[in-house]
Amino acid sequence: MNTTVIDARNLLCPMPVIRTQDAVVKLQTGDMLQVLCTDPGVVHDIPAWCRVRGHEVCEITEQGYEIVIHIRVGAGD
Amino acid sequence: MLQKPKAVALISGGLDSLLAARVVMEQGVYVEGINFYTGFCVEGHTHAIRKQDRAKLKRNNALWSAEQLGIKLHIVDIIEEYKNVVINPKHGYGANLNPCLDCKIFMVDKAREWIEEHGFDFIITGEVVGQRPMSQRKDTMPVIAHDSGAEDRLVRPLSAKNLPASLPETRGWLDRDKLYGFNGRSRKPQMALAERFGFEDYAQPAGGCCFLTDKQYSVKLGDLWAARGSREYDLDDIMLLKVGRHLRPRPNFKIIVGREEGENHFLEGYRKRFIHMIPISHTGPLVLLDGETSAADVELAARLTARFSQGRDAEQVTIEVNPLDAAAHRLAVKPLTADEIPAGWYL
Repeated sequence: MNTTVIDARNLLCPMPVIRTQDAVVKLQTGDMLQVLCTDPGVVHDIPAWCRVRGHEVCEITEQGYEIVIHIRVGAGD
Repeated sequence: MLQKPKAVALISGGLDSLLAARVVMEQGVYVEGINFYTGFCVEGHTHAIRKQDRAKLKRNNALWSAEQLGIKLHIVDIIEEYKNVVINPKHGYGANLNPCLDCKIFMVDKAREWIEEHGFDFIITGEVVGQRPMSQRKDTMPVIAHDSGAEDRLVRPLSAKNLPASLPETRGWLDRDKLYGFNGRSRKPQMALAERFGFEDYAQPAGGCCFLTDKQYSVKLGDLWAARGSREYDLDDIMLLKVGRHLRPRPNFKIIVGREEGENHFLEGYRKRFIHMIPISHTGPLVLLDGETSAADVELAARLTARFSQGRDAEQVTIEVNPLDAAAHRLAVKPLTADEIPAGWYL
């Protein structure tokens, strides 16, 4: 299992979702992806995207303006 | 056809595209959604920059629609390619800088490329004859089908009975009798259909899906092009037009003033690209300077910054100025009065 980190800070939705989508395509089922963000909209949008594409949001952590979304890649893509 | 026919639906996040996809799914077609991000989409969370709005976050309605439909959604970044649509619209602009007809042709064309690449059969849109003054007229809807190259592979299920039969109808994949003949600006037929499908809490029309339909936004974009002497932009440009108060005190520069903490924080992300200033002696906004500036311009910008600070009535406000290629320095300035700021400076 690999863990990949992508930086989507200072990007506004839906760009963090698009960056997530682009990253997931290159990963294998079971891999972990951490998405670093600052737009608070991601706490709704990335989980919604994961639901429609068959991936799992394991954890969302927030510190100040920074949000980290931890995703386990599913078999959906 | 042994396999189910496959269609991609353009999902904007509005009610019409939601219903159009659902009508086709009801006839046994496999549907996936596609949503194009131009950079100007109102569906973004720009308003969430403002701290006061963080508690009432807006959902992404395209994703919400996909969840309601139970379909896969592809969000596609078309920012770069879309520039040519905004800068050189073949069919011209609407009331503001909105190239609605060219935009629709472009998006259907992108969807056509997508279905050809992915082995899908046709395209669904939520267009309704007579609903929009530029892109959804009886005479322009065939133009979209033709100029996009989609031709009869483009299906408008909500308005199909007002239009020639599409390929899925002639092939028997869709029963024309189960499609609709909605016409005009009334929303009542769509609301009734939404009720039939059990859709609640769907997005309400809010004056367009695109910032380019907004007069104030178009003024700011026009100003940006005029100041640069060319109709170019990048993503940061069009994001910044959505944030803060914009004033152009001189032809060669403008300032962008954060209106509250969330905007100041967002503008901080641009400190390496612009000269920026912030009041030191009083609480106040982060201000970006966009353009080539002289020392006198910087002082004027500092006086404006002071005006928008808590020290607006003070005799003197100290401003920290951060040039791009030199160390920060401080300026002690007298804030401009309201009367000293012509209305024409505000964009």
